[in-house]
Amino acid sequence: MTNLLNLISLWALPVLLITVLTIGILKKVPIYEEFTEGAKDGFKVAVNIIPYLVAIIVGISMFRASGAVEMIANGMASVLSKFNVPTDTLPLMIVRSLSGSAALGVFSDIAHNSGADSFATKLAAVMVGSSETTFYVLAVYFGAVGISKIRYALIVGLLADIIGIVAAVLVCNLMFA
Amino acid sequence: MNYIFYFLIVVSIIIGAINGRLQEVVNALMSGAELSVKIAISLIGIMAFWLGVMNIAEKSGLIAWISKLLKPVTRILFNEIPSDSPAVGDIAMNFTANAFGLANAATPFGIKAMEELQKENDDKSTASNSMCLFLGMNTAGFQLIPTTVLAVLVGIGYKNPTEIIAPTLFVTLIAFIGAIVLAKVFQKFYPTGKVNKEVQDD
Repeated sequence: MTNLLNLISLWALPVLLITVLTIGILKKVPIYEEFTEGAKDGFKVAVNIIPYLVAIIVGISMFRASGAVEMIANGMASVLSKFNVPTDTLPLMIVRSLSGSAALGVFSDIAHNSGADSFATKLAAVMVGSSETTFYVLAVYFGAVGISKIRYALIVGLLADIIGIVAAVLVCNLMFA
Repeated sequence: MNYIFYFLIVVSIIIGAINGRLQEVVNALMSGAELSVKIAISLIGIMAFWLGVMNIAEKSGLIAWISKLLKPVTRILFNEIPSDSPAVGDIAMNFTANAFGLANAATPFGIKAMEELQKENDDKSTASNSMCLFLGMNTAGFQLIPTTVLAVLVGIGYKNPTEIIAPTLFVTLIAFIGAIVLAKVFQKFYPTGKVNKEVQDD
């Protein structure tokens, strides 16, 4: 089963490429011209998102550097320990919505400190694997088309993150505790 | 967004000062700004590549075909865009790429989808319901195999790393469905940018 899944992961990209290019050729699309035509936008999009990325990433970096994450984690510790949530994983719950690389860093820390087969490592793995960095996605996707009034998009993203955290705790307690 | 931005900056400075980490906070400002540009620049090449591939897929009619195939699903989820909009095909490509963990292909597809959704949007600076829904679905990070996490677990000598695949999939599905339901509920309470056009297109 796992081998099959890994195989699919490996082949997904090559198969996608072959399919698109072959259909293009068969349909007599000038694929080289159309490729370069589409690729021209790459630079434009990347430059367009810079202001949005700067606003979000500077804000998030400052927030993380201030020690606020640890303060929130400490505040929640007593409550969450009742639900069999290891305190090590608390910063991860907050960080995973803010920064993908930071979440992976915290996860590696937990894995190294609490041991390969500990409950904390398993819970952290599920929490990191099941999430996407909400703030980053928001900055990139809305930034690319110049949306500044985001309405309820962030609230929904963060609430979905919380749902994910609760689900992760419940599932891991059922399976691994 | 104005309040969030204000909150992030001002609260960080105040909490940083309380914790005696003001210097770190100021440093984070510099490094964060630099990092943003690095991320954007590093996206250029891969973005250009996949946007090029997407253009071929669009011109060959592949995107239109996928859109047609997914019509039953997208008509319910994205009921505010015309069901033959290329956005539907782009959204489908974005989710396929996400599901297989092709993050660097998923982002250009997603941006392409946003651009198409923007064409249907009346107020260009305000997110439409469809855009919020699409963003919510993306922030849930639906993925079949968490490749990066597995790599870390293997790296630290975890005995049976694949046992986390099933729970992760389950959790990400719950969050994904949650995002869709929440987006559909919240859209009732937030007015759209401009008053909806009184045009019935069916």
